[in-house]
Amino acid sequence: MTLFGRLTWGAVPFNEPIPLITSLVVILALAGVAAWITKIRGWPYLWNEYITSTDHKRIGIMYIVLALVMLVRGFADAIMMRAQQSLAIGASQGYLPPEHYNQIFSAHGTIMIFFVAMPFVIGFMNFVVPLQLGVRDVAFPTLNNVSFWLTASGALLVNLSLVLGEFARTGWLGFPPLSEKAFSPGVGVDYYLVALQISGIGTVLTGVNFVTTILKTRAPGMSYLRMPVFCWTSLASNLLIIAAFPVLTVTLALLMLDRYLGFHFFTNDGGGNSMLYMNLIWVWGHPEVYILVLPAFGIYSEVVSTFSGKPLFGYRSMVFATLAICIISFMVWLHHFFTMGSGADVNAIFGIASMIIGVPTGVKIYNWLFTMYGGRVRFTVPMHYAIGFMLTFVIGGLTGILLAIPPVDFIVHNSLFLVAHFHQVIIGGVVFAVMAGYTYWFPKAFGFTLDERLGKAVFWCWFIGFHLAFMPLYVLGFWGATRRMQHISDPTWAPWLNVAFVGSAIIGIGIVLTVVQLLYSIRTRDQRRDVTGDPWDGRTLEWLTLSPPPHYNFAVLPDVHGEEAYWTRKQTAIKEDRLIDEPHYQPIEMPLNTPVGVICAFFASVCGFAVIWYIWWLAILGLIGAFAALVWYAWRDEHEHIIPIEEVRANARERRRIRMEHLHELSQSV
Amino acid sequence: MKRIAIAAAVTLFTAGCDRGILDPVGPVAAAEKQILINSTAIMLAIIIPTMIATVAFAWWFRRGNSKATYRPDWEYSGAIEMVVWAIPALTIMLLGGIAWIGSHDLEPSKPLASKVAPLKVDVVSLDWKWLFIYPDQGIATVNQLVVPAGTPVSFRLTSATVWNVFWVPQMGTMIYTMPRMATRLNLQADRQGSFNGLSGHFSGDGFPGMQFKVQSLPPDQFAMWAQGASGSGLKLDGAGYAELSKPSSYVKPMTYGAVAPALFDAIVANRAPPNPVPPPQHNQPVPGSKA
Repeated sequence: MTLFGRLTWGAVPFNEPIPLITSLVVILALAGVAAWITKIRGWPYLWNEYITSTDHKRIGIMYIVLALVMLVRGFADAIMMRAQQSLAIGASQGYLPPEHYNQIFSAHGTIMIFFVAMPFVIGFMNFVVPLQLGVRDVAFPTLNNVSFWLTASGALLVNLSLVLGEFARTGWLGFPPLSEKAFSPGVGVDYYLVALQISGIGTVLTGVNFVTTILKTRAPGMSYLRMPVFCWTSLASNLLIIAAFPVLTVTLALLMLDRYLGFHFFTNDGGGNSMLYMNLIWVWGHPEVYILVLPAFGIYSEVVSTFSGKPLFGYRSMVFATLAICIISFMVWLHHFFTMGSGADVNAIFGIASMIIGVPTGVKIYNWLFTMYGGRVRFTVPMHYAIGFMLTFVIGGLTGILLAIPPVDFIVHNSLFLVAHFHQVIIGGVVFAVMAGYTYWFPKAFGFTLDERLGKAVFWCWFIGFHLAFMPLYVLGFWGATRRMQHISDPTWAPWLNVAFVGSAIIGIGIVLTVVQLLYSIRTRDQRRDVTGDPWDGRTLEWLTLSPPPHYNFAVLPDVHGEEAYWTRKQTAIKEDRLIDEPHYQPIEMPLNTPVGVICAFFASVCGFAVIWYIWWLAILGLIGAFAALVWYAWRDEHEHIIPIEEVRANARERRRIRMEHLHELSQSV
Repeated sequence: MKRIAIAAAVTLFTAGCDRGILDPVGPVAAAEKQILINSTAIMLAIIIPTMIATVAFAWWFRRGNSKATYRPDWEYSGAIEMVVWAIPALTIMLLGGIAWIGSHDLEPSKPLASKVAPLKVDVVSLDWKWLFIYPDQGIATVNQLVVPAGTPVSFRLTSATVWNVFWVPQMGTMIYTMPRMATRLNLQADRQGSFNGLSGHFSGDGFPGMQFKVQSLPPDQFAMWAQGASGSGLKLDGAGYAELSKPSSYVKPMTYGAVAPALFDAIVANRAPPNPVPPPQHNQPVPGSKA
């Protein structure tokens, strides 16, 4: 046993140009950003306003920044795969050997689900839910900060595998026995397991936090059936997190016991059974799909209603549909392996249960449709995404139901048809939603809107790029193409693979344009200020407060009457040409900043890294460090700081003045 | 220009319709393709109008259209709710029926109805090639599955390493091969010819080379082939199997003239020579004795 366990200079990919150059570029880019922050003396600001912040809005923004950065990484993996499959046809082996290609598709899946889609939706839940509920923060603000940093810690470890060692070569779900020590002796699977364990803890804490927030802290009068649909879908999603993520933790822990301590849960020998892993991982994996897509449905509900200038059609029906999906999604996991030979009854029952989810989902589509009916639809960027989603998602639903019919699944299971299907529902459902949400709530977060023209260009890149990239995969699936092929034997597949490559390149242009849009919008922010706090003529409480909102969100918690809290208030004010009477202001208690999250996550990363490389003394040190940080935090003397009444009052009066002006404008335009 | 593009697209599409699972060569694949097409048609009947309505509603009710009536407070209609719940519910009831009947008719382990006695084939996935054992003929092949046309084939399948999926797209149902377990599958090729087969579940570095050919021959030719094969000098005994199990990919088809008896069962029981042999278990109770 050496001091550094399995870690040697051999772990650095000196003789593999692609990962080596990529790592160097990433390291240089990070150093450049750090130098720039140092130059503008931005560290204290970052530390105080973001890194140690317990403000749900700041934490939400950090989640979304993490998601955007990791989207670039996940996309780089995607375009490399597409390039390989376009090149490695027939006699050519392409530019990626199997041991590299297999890491790339595993990393792509892991990153896109755990470190892009999850942080994106959790970011929106963080930013939006407390504002929509009319409260000042989540139930456990410090825990929220810890959650974020643990997620970031997982992302860090996944990316570290690029520089030191390798990532898993087993696919994003790490199926044993391939992921067992006998078949994957390297550190790749350990990176995968440890990164997901650490970020998984963060996700469970988020689930606990948001379920508590939504159930226990709402503005006065905000009964359950007055909550905006985004809050409902967030509640459903977090209930699923609480129920499903512990299953993932246990499943991965069992695999870790196999790999580290020679247990036999999923091995070929010693009585292990790999079918058990398949069941367990999908007991988590299928609800995970709905953890992502339910908040996405929530975003579409807000967007369609706002930009149609109407309340959501069939609100109660929507709520019921959401909860139905939440519950049924736990009863369908077996449809991921109809081809295991479970028998006709089992297959048929799980197949039908899976299809039943199509009913509430279909209802949602119709309710958005009838929300537009009789409306005044404004074709803004978020509305583009919403309509693009409705058109794309119904096809994804169709192919999903096909996959749920066992005899059809028997011929398309695991094929590129499946790959096309789940990208259609995840890009068409989740990615379109987060891009819509990004545009929709950006002015609330930063006080200015994003450029509309560039936003539409980004939308068309995603919309056209998606269809070009994935429609060919349906065809190839019919032709008998399976997934995860580092080399293609049949040269007649080339045209479709090339179309798919072009599609992914167009998505790439969209991602570049997203960055351009952001930079351009920052440069021209003075022309696009949102002074009213209500740039879209919104209907929910986040538009009641300033853009960006003060740390405490609302000077006084709003009184809620009826389903659309802010819309009702706004209409009354316009009609009566006055705001409600000035309330009685009070000093506000807010939680203090704390570095405990980042310190804990630092030690968790150290511990994780040490476990991956078998550096046991360092692992113990990391564990002690993380624990000590929590103990230190528990012994703190000061819990909160008080925002003085003068400050609250002054801000609130300024806000009332602006709102009054804005309402005058609105009443004149009516 | 536009016309050429459309013509090209149509050609490409129609050229794409007679391959893989869309060009079934046996009863299982044909039935599954039929279910695929029927279900797609049923759903398209709902989905196409929905897509048209989406675009039409959004366009007609655009803000600039003065002809459209704005109903800012219209948010509920019991009749519409009834219809929007009924449409997907009825569709799913219909499709659910199809799924139930189809799952039972096409259950992979169910023997196919035929007057001809089925051919038995035992399939083993190795790193990274396919071993086909013909227990009744006492022969075996690698990466080449020869079957008599019009005869049901009854497969038992397992894996000697990690998971794979046995998949011949034109013959229908695919199924997992799993270590220490045997799955069952029944297929039939009515057409003569050569079809592609592959692994449909990622199994490691050599995975893309894990392809094989299915040769469907007239029954008499199959009998001749089997007889000729048994004359092949290669033997799949302990040593031969150990050699075959060494990881390799893109392996050329091979034929073994003789196979160690009950090799498939030995592989399922993990008793075949080359696999990670279970460590000696000293504390195991002797059969028959009281533990």
